[in-house]
Amino acid sequence: MTQKVLMKGNEAIAEAAIRAGCRFFFGYPITPQNELLEYMARNLPKVDGVFLQSESEIGAINMVMGAACTGARVMTSSSGPGISLKQEGISYIAGSELPAVIVNIMRTGPGLGGIAPTQSDYYQAAKGGGHGDYRLMVLAPSSVQEMADLMFLAFDKADEYRNPVMVLGDGVLGQMMEPVILPEPKEGNAVEKAWATTGKGNNPESKLITSLYIKPEEAEKFCEHLAAKYRTMAEKDTRWESYRAEDAEIITVAYGTAARLCMAAVDMARDKGIRAGLIRPITLFPFPSAPIYAAAEKGARFLTVELSTGQMVDDVRLAVNGKSTVGFYGRSGGMVPDPRDILSQIEQIESEKTGTTAATEGGAA
Amino acid sequence: MEHRMIFAGFGGQGVMLMGQLVAYAGMLEGKHVAWIPSYGPEMRGGTANCAVTVSDKPIASPIVYEPTAAIVLNQPSLEKFAPQLTPGGQLLINSSLISGISPRVDINQVCMKANDLANQLGNLKVANMFLLGALIGLTGFIHIESVVGALKKVLPPHRHNLLEVNRQALQKGLEYVTSCSQGA
Repeated sequence: MTQKVLMKGNEAIAEAAIRAGCRFFFGYPITPQNELLEYMARNLPKVDGVFLQSESEIGAINMVMGAACTGARVMTSSSGPGISLKQEGISYIAGSELPAVIVNIMRTGPGLGGIAPTQSDYYQAAKGGGHGDYRLMVLAPSSVQEMADLMFLAFDKADEYRNPVMVLGDGVLGQMMEPVILPEPKEGNAVEKAWATTGKGNNPESKLITSLYIKPEEAEKFCEHLAAKYRTMAEKDTRWESYRAEDAEIITVAYGTAARLCMAAVDMARDKGIRAGLIRPITLFPFPSAPIYAAAEKGARFLTVELSTGQMVDDVRLAVNGKSTVGFYGRSGGMVPDPRDILSQIEQIESEKTGTTAATEGGAA
Repeated sequence: MEHRMIFAGFGGQGVMLMGQLVAYAGMLEGKHVAWIPSYGPEMRGGTANCAVTVSDKPIASPIVYEPTAAIVLNQPSLEKFAPQLTPGGQLLINSSLISGISPRVDINQVCMKANDLANQLGNLKVANMFLLGALIGLTGFIHIESVVGALKKVLPPHRHNLLEVNRQALQKGLEYVTSCSQGA
């Protein structure tokens, strides 16, 4: 039987990436994700991989792009300000339809911010981040086990869709230790990469990887192609988890660390006889609108909880589409909500049960 | 039962290691565990702390709220964490470095001159193990042998000569609270 090991989230990501076939890592240190780089520096050379600490984040992301062009499994990781520096490269990678995995263990912002846990990079991660009409697939683990598991998915989906995938965590997830059963190592890439620029070979035409479409007609065709890809992602690869939500009248929506806090709050609410639940998006893009809308149609009311001043709540409101009410509770700047405070918010919504429900926020018409 | 614990002291007193050993030991016993450190500027010379949850059920929040127990190894840690304990919680105080106790009357406080006891045993570094032994004596949430088993995994083989002194410290810490009367 595979043994449980006690690992930090950052280390679990690194080990799982290596097991998923990642052989190239380019990055630059920043707290709170340094254990990830350190682990890669120690262990990638042991499997004939390349760890390179670049001169800057901009250098790192462009090295990622170069390695991705060859079809290699490649990743980088950083936090907040470092991810901002990488946005130009990420846009180019998306525009060139290259697979790569980018890990953001969020720290507070804007600007230099601080190293405490936050979820304030949601917009940047889920809405594009760099210039142009593109999306990343964004995976949001909420435990060390899930951090390991989702790394396999990240590399597989990056290859499948030829699109960068972001794994979005925070300081809590990166720094905490939990038992983890590491997935078995995987050799070779699952997807044939005929497009990789590894030489012309016997092909009649040279291979070209580019994001330059100077004619609007061609550029539009390409943008439509990307949009179709994202629609396929939404159809096939939207992931979420429900916790005690089946009969819930009040549903919290939260991801990552906030979801763990909400689980505790939901348990407390249930102990008090309040029918509370949780819908936890695992993919932030594509966003799990369908289960949220379905619950809204059944009359559930929503409370979005984030470690920010409110970003994902926009997507929850779009998903609910006026069918019910959507409240928000968040802490920011590195402060972490206490589950008892989330419980108070749930109780507040419960106390408003009689009287105005959906009617004040657009109604169900 | 969910045990939510804080281990706090100066950097270098072994609070991070103590927490990791507890998490590891809990895992070895098949329990659900989570360990989370303070990782900010505290790491650089000031106070350091970590939070550990050991539970029979899956752990919702890895962040500890209303801790059921706290081991404090220095004065600032006593002042910071004593007020956070849940009523009925266990507060273990390293009286070698801390003067006084918390004014709270709704928690169980145990004072132990852990540094002095560790010195008597010939190794100041096991002061943390005396206090951990006491916590195990009070709550029985894990077994001493599991902590030793965890140490065996965490320490490199050439340090395994330290296992015995750690075991003794844990045992003496446990006896400290189980032999004397707890009425006071």
